[in-house]
Amino acid sequence: MIGCRLAADIGGTFTDIVLEMPHGFVSEKVLTTPQAPEQGVLTGVRQALARARVTPEAIEVAIHGATLATNAIIERRGARTALIATQGFRDTLEFAFGHRFDQYDLLMQRPEPLAPRPLRFEAPERIGADGSVLLSLDEAAVRALAKQLRDSKIESAAICYMHAYRNPAHEARTRDILTEELPGLYISVSHEICPEIREYERASTTVANAYVQPLIASYLGRLSEGLLAMGIKAPLLMIMSSGSLTSVETARKYPIRLVESGPAGGAILGQHVARQVGANRAIALDMGGTTAKIVLLNEYQPRHARMMEVARVHRFRAGSGLPLRIPVIDLIEIGAGGGSLASVDSLGRIVVGPRSAGASPGPACYSLGGKEPAITDADLLLGKLDPENFAAGTMRLNEARAREAIDMHVAAAIRTDAPTAAAGIVEIVDENMANATRVHASDHGDEIESRTLIATGGAAPLHAGRIARKLGIDRLVIPVGAGVGSAHGFLRAPVAYEAVASHVMSLKSFNLQAINALFARLRAEAHDIVNLGVGYGDIVERRFADMRYRGQGHDLQVELPVRDYGPGDGESLARLFDEAYLRVYNRTIPGLSVEALTWTLELSRAPPQSPGEQTSLRVVHGVAKPSGQRSVFDADLGARVDAGVYHRNALQPGAVFTGPALIIEDQTTTFAPSAFDCAVSEHGHLILTRRSGA
Amino acid sequence: MNEGFERIRKQVMWDRLLSLVEEQARTLMRVAFSTVVREAGDLSAGVFNARGEMLAQAVTGTPGHVNSMARSVKHFIAAFPLQTMREGDAYVTNDPWKGTGHLFDFTVVSPAFCKGKLVAIFAATAHVADIGGNGPSPDSRDVYAEGLFIPLMPLVVAGQMNAQLIQIARANSREPDKLEGDIHALVASNETGAAQLRRMMNEYGLSDIEELSAHILDSTDRSMREAIAALPKGRWTSAMRIDGFDEPIDFVATLTIDDENIYVDFAGSSPMSRHGVNCPMCYADAYTTFGVKCIVAPDLAHNHAVLSRIHISAPEGCILNAPSPAPVTARAIIGQMLPDTVFGCFDKARAGLAPAEGTAASWTLRLAADPGLTGHRGGTRFTAQSFQSGGMGAHPLGDGLAATPFPSGVRAIAVEITEALTPLVFWKKELRQDSGGAGRMRGGMGQSIEVGSREDAPFAVFARFERVENPARGRAGGGDGAAGVVRLKSGAVLASKGLHIVPAGDRLSLEMPGGGGYGNPETRDPVAVQQDVRNGYISADAAHNVYKVAMNQRGEVDMAATKTMRELGETRPE
Repeated sequence: MIGCRLAADIGGTFTDIVLEMPHGFVSEKVLTTPQAPEQGVLTGVRQALARARVTPEAIEVAIHGATLATNAIIERRGARTALIATQGFRDTLEFAFGHRFDQYDLLMQRPEPLAPRPLRFEAPERIGADGSVLLSLDEAAVRALAKQLRDSKIESAAICYMHAYRNPAHEARTRDILTEELPGLYISVSHEICPEIREYERASTTVANAYVQPLIASYLGRLSEGLLAMGIKAPLLMIMSSGSLTSVETARKYPIRLVESGPAGGAILGQHVARQVGANRAIALDMGGTTAKIVLLNEYQPRHARMMEVARVHRFRAGSGLPLRIPVIDLIEIGAGGGSLASVDSLGRIVVGPRSAGASPGPACYSLGGKEPAITDADLLLGKLDPENFAAGTMRLNEARAREAIDMHVAAAIRTDAPTAAAGIVEIVDENMANATRVHASDHGDEIESRTLIATGGAAPLHAGRIARKLGIDRLVIPVGAGVGSAHGFLRAPVAYEAVASHVMSLKSFNLQAINALFARLRAEAHDIVNLGVGYGDIVERRFADMRYRGQGHDLQVELPVRDYGPGDGESLARLFDEAYLRVYNRTIPGLSVEALTWTLELSRAPPQSPGEQTSLRVVHGVAKPSGQRSVFDADLGARVDAGVYHRNALQPGAVFTGPALIIEDQTTTFAPSAFDCAVSEHGHLILTRRSGA
Repeated sequence: MNEGFERIRKQVMWDRLLSLVEEQARTLMRVAFSTVVREAGDLSAGVFNARGEMLAQAVTGTPGHVNSMARSVKHFIAAFPLQTMREGDAYVTNDPWKGTGHLFDFTVVSPAFCKGKLVAIFAATAHVADIGGNGPSPDSRDVYAEGLFIPLMPLVVAGQMNAQLIQIARANSREPDKLEGDIHALVASNETGAAQLRRMMNEYGLSDIEELSAHILDSTDRSMREAIAALPKGRWTSAMRIDGFDEPIDFVATLTIDDENIYVDFAGSSPMSRHGVNCPMCYADAYTTFGVKCIVAPDLAHNHAVLSRIHISAPEGCILNAPSPAPVTARAIIGQMLPDTVFGCFDKARAGLAPAEGTAASWTLRLAADPGLTGHRGGTRFTAQSFQSGGMGAHPLGDGLAATPFPSGVRAIAVEITEALTPLVFWKKELRQDSGGAGRMRGGMGQSIEVGSREDAPFAVFARFERVENPARGRAGGGDGAAGVVRLKSGAVLASKGLHIVPAGDRLSLEMPGGGGYGNPETRDPVAVQQDVRNGYISADAAHNVYKVAMNQRGEVDMAATKTMRELGETRPE
């Protein structure tokens, strides 16, 4: 018997609360309270408890995710942060990758570093690449620095020395001295925050951690107190960008790992659904109001990465943001959501996003003051949305306003009528998502066809059918509760932690002792963190190494066996690399030596099963009858068709019907194009399958 | 289906072409072995119609292949007529004059078939790992010494790789596995593009792409004509001098803009060099076209319609049109200077169009230790290439970027990675104060790098540094960027070109050039000057003496005193 679990997801507009009980779910949506985000969470929790008639004591664990860290960086609302670098290297942050991410734009600008130059200090010291001390730390100079930090009113400091991932002694000593001199100062050290080779990424990550730390620490303190005051004594777990859970204590130390945890929730829900419907190779598409997130799943696993970019400043372009080297779910995010705005460029081409109408003023059809056409306006004009039946009937969509916005900003510029322009806008945004998916897949050598597309988020179910056609995909899944994905995903997340260390080593001279000792150290570090005393499963260990052919610039993450390594394992690791290389690149290069750069150990504990997993719903096979008809534009056919209208909550597992169809539920609407057959699975998921030959 | 939606479909298909060449490029980057392909993006990928006119080129890639790869496809069609091409064929060359300018660049061209009919051509170019000969050294006296030369020839025939050609290539390369891998990568890259094109044609029920091709080229041409119409008409000449190898090299560019076309001619430029820095015409064309496009139509997608309105020429025998068998391997150092040269012409045509000069040629560190080089037996042998750059020129609307390559798109390699693979130690890599040319908009700063060895052993540096004698010049009253300095830490100044040995215990010290400033520095916003002083980008002395900004003891601008100082000073015309 499991107790109740609580999940809270703070988004830009709404805070979602899901209360999972032994016999089902209750969910609440309250407005986000940006000034004191914990207030929204506490209000929502109170409402959910009252509605479910559950006492605070019944809650066994509370899980939380928030975009606070991301927003603090994007809006530059973090702490006054100093960087202390090795003498001669304070400009690492400013050099960035030393390249132009936009070839033709002579006015390209990089993002400003989070620690401006006057707040970047240097300490005389130097560690070599082999960990040896080339220049001892000048402790007197560090003490003198403390005074400068005080005078500069520093709230948080990042220490990032060259090769500290290999020998942390100087960073640790510097922290000790500064703590003595400036008790209470927040300090982030690179060998803890990002113990990996490559000085820019490490410094950027460490400084970002320092930048958000005071804000997150105080927020988490207030939230914990608030929950306690309400009588919730259960442990509070935080969801990280890797899609796994950790304690508040760890989150306070590594707040940067909380960045982009919402999208991670969507990916975990996708993974969960993929297992239920037996889709071992899938694409999870999460399309909300502002952006679309796309994740590829292989053998039910989302690809993980240890690099992401936050706060892109230049048209969402890769390279224009701040790099963070933290464990993340490898997703791509593009500016395509229900609120994305459409316009026409100087070439007479329709352009959609990344500008978004957001929730306010919102799309023109919301009648909240929005004048420019958004994707939702175009969907409305194409008949995909029922103006009377949007968001559970809480909002009436105004078709005339949508038409006017599209006429004025798009149709006139390309000399056509509003319905045609609307079809064009939707076609372009669908094409953008399909193209982003293809390019992302080709970066990893992944095939796309034969995958299942799992669509979550308010806007995805409207668009997934057309995107599937563009990607050559034949099977779509619209999960139960597709419209509120992330918070549900939090409940499916494991408790896990990845500990990493860089140690560059040729596998020809594989140093057993060093690697065995390194993994023992990583295991000890991770073990403390996942040992949370909550009702999650047994600890499972996985190991990985980032390897490459010596001289090649591209690392490949390879999973390693979990055991102490012995003689001959240098060769067996090299073989594992060859196998992985073959999978991705279809070839190996005999004779080249293999080197490993970074070693990762992950400990994880699976979440308890949810009620939905334990018992399948009762399946009653039968053909569902539509409750009405709507005329909808089917882009596959380039024409309007009469679609049957169905209400999702009236559809029983086992129900079947054929496209074209519109399936309406409170938070979203699914459009099944003409070529698809529809069925409701035993778990209640909507499954769309392309008819053969269609 | 109405006519409006038909037009939108064409736009979608155009987007798809742009996306599929991006996939083509990413595949190449992922599969290739050559370091510069992956790290520096020294590659190109594109799709062409059956007449060999380029329809789309990947954004990922180098300016050095702009237009040159596109021209190369025409050479292939001339050598191997379309009616002789079969499904599963591919062709190859590394001809510097019919490809992209030196033997390292392999271009592979593959016809794409749909339902048995040739519908398009894909081309991809990459800088391969090694092609034998003297490698990257500019010391060869002719192209024959620079490595293996493969004329235009079949590489894959009906799906079968030309095994003899691969054997010959392997036998001539120091890195046979990597070279073979790079050639396979080029073929795979074109196959990726062709497969996606077929998918699109099936999706839209197309039997050819002629209508789409016409749509792309017509609408681009319309925009290109509009862009040219907005430019002043006339003829302007501008010259730029660089240090060169044994003697300075002069570039003289004459820009002509008429109602519909842009012409750049390099008559008057220096003759060919005896070093391998000469440009085949195609390569001079590539970098000049890139510079023109940055000014005229930076947002326009790259295709035949853009290229066919930009015409680049140079007299045969000049360093920018060196005929075979001139040595050309290090032609990038010259080619990278051409955007700055042509910017000079645009600035004369209309002030405010073009930025000031920048470092242009990147300051790549080529370091090595080997008994044959240093005469020292102890110590670790290594070779290392570390991409580094000085500053960009200031733009009329913004400061130049510090320590950033332009026009090259190279990405720097982490110092820690270089140090982990070699005994090298970087003791300093920081912004160089006062190196950005003063101006209303400030030139980008250069950087100072100091590098030594962890071992008690000497190492060699292959110096190929520019802008040591001839700094980047400012425009419109802006000051010049600081010149570069190459020396030992112990003091001795080293020549900017050639092989030097850094003795055991000593360090190489590089002060990289800054970009030129734009506009009179005395008109720079005093608050921006104050910020530059706080950031240490400029010294307090420069703020006072050059920018004529008065500051109080707290480092704040004294507006009244500044006004007085600026009014009393000599006013330079902007």
